[in-house]
Amino acid sequence: MVKFGETISKNLHQQVFSFTQYLIDHPSVDIINIHPAYSSVMVSLDNNASLSRVSEYLQIVLTKVIDIEYPKPRIVEVPVMYGGENGPDLKRVADHTGLTPVEVIKRHSDGDYLVYFIGFSIGFPYLGGMDESISTTRLEVPRKYVSAGSIGIAGNQTGIYPMSSPGGWNLIGRTPLSIFNAEKPEESPVKMGDKVRFRPIDETEFDALAENQ
Amino acid sequence: MSISVLQGGLQSTVQNLGRYGYTHFGISASGAGDQLSLRIGNLLVGNPDSFSGLEMTLIGGKYQFNADAFIALSGSEFHVNLDGDPFPFHNCIYIRKGQILYIGGTKNGARCYLSVRGGFDVPKYLSGTTTHVMSGLGGFKGRPLQKGDELKIGSLENVSQPINIKQTLEIDYHILRITNGLQSGYYDDNAWESFTTQSYTVSENSSRMGVRLQGEPIRSKKGNEILTEGIPLGAIQIPGGGEPIISFVEHQTTGGYPKMANVITADMCKVGQLKPGDLFKFQRVTIEEAEKLRLKQESYIQKLKNGHD
Repeated sequence: MVKFGETISKNLHQQVFSFTQYLIDHPSVDIINIHPAYSSVMVSLDNNASLSRVSEYLQIVLTKVIDIEYPKPRIVEVPVMYGGENGPDLKRVADHTGLTPVEVIKRHSDGDYLVYFIGFSIGFPYLGGMDESISTTRLEVPRKYVSAGSIGIAGNQTGIYPMSSPGGWNLIGRTPLSIFNAEKPEESPVKMGDKVRFRPIDETEFDALAENQ
Repeated sequence: MSISVLQGGLQSTVQNLGRYGYTHFGISASGAGDQLSLRIGNLLVGNPDSFSGLEMTLIGGKYQFNADAFIALSGSEFHVNLDGDPFPFHNCIYIRKGQILYIGGTKNGARCYLSVRGGFDVPKYLSGTTTHVMSGLGGFKGRPLQKGDELKIGSLENVSQPINIKQTLEIDYHILRITNGLQSGYYDDNAWESFTTQSYTVSENSSRMGVRLQGEPIRSKKGNEILTEGIPLGAIQIPGGGEPIISFVEHQTTGGYPKMANVITADMCKVGQLKPGDLFKFQRVTIEEAEKLRLKQESYIQKLKNGHD
């Protein structure tokens, strides 16, 4: 694992982004998988990998990525229906933060979120930039089933579940959009480095958008 | 050339040694839960050890062969018969067109593998053919086999001589060996003592994504959440409740629970054989020992490949 720091920051993200992009563009026989995160990049190694060769390679990559220019983020709008059965933990977040559900929604949909990386499960974007006043700890026992499109909060992070899966995040709403292209992951609507903007919608619009998917 | 599925079993999926290169899109490698057994099964029928086989979990299913074929069963022994007659494990057997292989419940571990000479022919998804069940992608339509499915047998282009196995590897399924995880320091001596001396029970809530354990809770001295980072295969995460989860073949690529330890590569085949209710203990080893154990297992496979075990 290569650590660039211990916090969530745009500066660290840019280093993680450049480092990851370099590894994708320059495959090494030793590295079979790349796991970027907020401030670290973990690599999975081939069984026959040489540890010394890998660490030497990663050192070289570190010096190269300093010169890579970070691209200007794309803005991606994501419509969300908050609360109700689509957001069963909205009340838990409200109770936890001492805010009303309406205020939680307002603070969650106000502002842009940087897609720090895709991880956890298939196509799951980790979004940064959430108002810390709506931070809520993860569920102690993760759910076995979370519907695709669910929007969750875990600690001071928020994210979107692109596919149905188990998960331990507090669910506050759901989008009818498909945010991940499983056949061509490189062409997904939401990618690492993008900026996401949530727009609250009602049930009518949710249903209309869901039909078009 | 194909196999007709008369009964699907509990979770029968096409698996090989994994799909690599997509964790940065959140797609873990997947692959067989017990890769050692799948590799042995492939070698038994003369396939390269990386070919796709059928992984069956707890209950196998019923399969009719629509062509003559050479097949082998490996992994845990399940109750099996061919047209009502006993059928051996760890042997390459000639099957005639029309014969029906019935694979019932397990006699010991969770997974049994059916290998067919030529492997199974399923469409490629991204860089591989293995099934990722949680994502519903890869393998046969991204899901476990069901009654009525027709599974194609692959071409015999790349096959070689079937092998015989005179000696199987001695594996103690009651001990999982581990090395330190990235947050091993979050746990004091008492926590480690509890972790490595208690018997863990495998929970019903286990899947190819993670094997959940039940036991005395493990308490962290530095909290139960970390800034989300990469998770390797075999990482043992400790959520707030204190009961460990072993990240398995379809594991999350990143996560925020501290990783206390990691199952060594050589023992991942054992994780694939754990079933709900099983009891086992963790045992700490050094990275050097882990590497030795991996090489020992690898040299067993190499000897099988070279035809002298």
